[in-house]
Amino acid sequence: MPRGVANALRETSFYGAVAFFFILAAFPFYWMLITSFKTNPDLYSVTNIPFWFNDPPTLEHFRYLFEQTLFARWLLNSLVIGVCVVAITLLAALPAAYSLARLTGRTGESLGIGIFLTYLVPPTLLFLPLSRVIADLGLQNSMWSLVLVYPTFTIPFCTWLLMGFFKAMPPEIEEAAIVDGCSLFGAFIKMTIPLSLPGILTAVIFTFTLTLQEFVYALTFISSSDQKPITLGVATDLIRGDIFYWGEIMAGALIASIPVAIAYNFFLDRFIAGITGGAVK
Amino acid sequence: MVAIAESVPKRASRFQFILDRRDVLGALFVTPAILYVLLLVGVPFLLAVYYSVSAYTIYDPSWRFVGLENFAQIVQNPVFMQTLRFTFILTFGSQLLGLVLGKFGALLLLRPFPGRKFVRAIIILPWAVPIALATVAWQWMFDSLYSVINWTLIALGLITRSQAPNWLGDPHLAMLSVIVVNAWRFFPFAIVIFLAGITAVPQDVLDAATVDGAGFWRRNYQIIVPMILPIVAIGLIFGIVFTFTDLSVVYLMTMGGPVGATSVLGYAGFQTGIVSGDVSHGAAISLFMLPVLFVVVIFMLRFIRRREI
Repeated sequence: MPRGVANALRETSFYGAVAFFFILAAFPFYWMLITSFKTNPDLYSVTNIPFWFNDPPTLEHFRYLFEQTLFARWLLNSLVIGVCVVAITLLAALPAAYSLARLTGRTGESLGIGIFLTYLVPPTLLFLPLSRVIADLGLQNSMWSLVLVYPTFTIPFCTWLLMGFFKAMPPEIEEAAIVDGCSLFGAFIKMTIPLSLPGILTAVIFTFTLTLQEFVYALTFISSSDQKPITLGVATDLIRGDIFYWGEIMAGALIASIPVAIAYNFFLDRFIAGITGGAVK
Repeated sequence: MVAIAESVPKRASRFQFILDRRDVLGALFVTPAILYVLLLVGVPFLLAVYYSVSAYTIYDPSWRFVGLENFAQIVQNPVFMQTLRFTFILTFGSQLLGLVLGKFGALLLLRPFPGRKFVRAIIILPWAVPIALATVAWQWMFDSLYSVINWTLIALGLITRSQAPNWLGDPHLAMLSVIVVNAWRFFPFAIVIFLAGITAVPQDVLDAATVDGAGFWRRNYQIIVPMILPIVAIGLIFGIVFTFTDLSVVYLMTMGGPVGATSVLGYAGFQTGIVSGDVSHGAAISLFMLPVLFVVVIFMLRFIRRREI
């Protein structure tokens, strides 16, 4: 019997600990969710139980967000920025990663590490000179400045990620193509790229989410509401004077968070393998 | 580039011959990425260094060289010293808290239980969701009047309404809040890193140790921890760099306040260099990150090199 009690105690404490982590991670998002569907009188009351609806749920905040604010515009801006940055990143990182993994030998290895280290150079070190560069190019206060600047961290990141994928591919496949009369370039285009599509897809997804997560450059370069990407718009543009539109802010944050959350969960293992490069094998 | 590729096989020219040389194609392939990074990271970095030793502001674009005068002025400012101190406290505190939570959480998630996949998916969220958006949710949770945390404390009878803390209005509580939000953002990443490391430890090594009489703690600290150290170190380096240089949590939640208590290097550089337009002093403040980044890069190089052996 004492053995049974000890077992039950261990199980309870195990699930208790799991519940603690679950609530710790999830509560702020639950809070976003419930806030975005609550009526204002329900939100701004110190006596109502905050964890559940005291008034019936409402779509008012979402309606306001899409009709009275530039939210739809921010969504579109983020989409355009993301697509352009993905295109630039792939054009630069795909050949670079292939070259560093296959064509350049030992120098390529060191050069790859060098490129990856630039990923660690923080935006807060570069925003002052970059805002000068942006101004000289006439891009100040325009979302195109972000299209120009975001590849500075997505190219290093994806080059590193793709280098890992290319290294994991057996070189015999390209060699066979070359023996069969393909040029070196043709082997890259016709064999390597189609075979590494899963890796490329991972790079696309993470480039896109990195552009959604970025805040510092957007804050520095952009002040016009209609040029803001979604993260910046939701976090800074739904405040009138001292009044925070909490229902709208949380609704916007929720909408912007969902795609990123899903993408991360689907591609997490590849992401970890990519940044650590199989450090434990 | 693609257009060239398609035309090459038809015209068997000298061009094709050159493209078939590994070194030429290799150099050609890597050039766009290197140029991009050199022009938009390398050059701006040098520019930032020059700003910091010049008298450049948006009102005086003369680029006059002043030596280390900016740095001397900055370190004499007690507000800056507080900023520097809090940046270190924040980085150390949040990473330590995040690592402890991460190790503990990873141990829990190692054991199979019903719904484990779902729990893991939810636990990833703080790290996946854009930090600016999660921060505004926390700001709303720390609200001075409608804070859900205070409501819970009052409902549990721990405090009365008049004692309710103003989380972001009191200097010490604000520092704590900023540390907690940063640790909250980092711990899922730590869990994932620990999990990736632990699951990669070969089971036969652990079995052999068990047969040789190693208990749970010995297996944990003499086999698992040393074996996962490289991967954890890489994860920790990411965490340190992003926390140490971050500006968004502080900017959105406290604006560096109250009375400068939660200002960090990134935020101070932004306020001075961008908001006030004193570019040279702003650049000098940002450059105080450099020694830490330098140390971090050296560690990173050590661990990446070890990986390749």
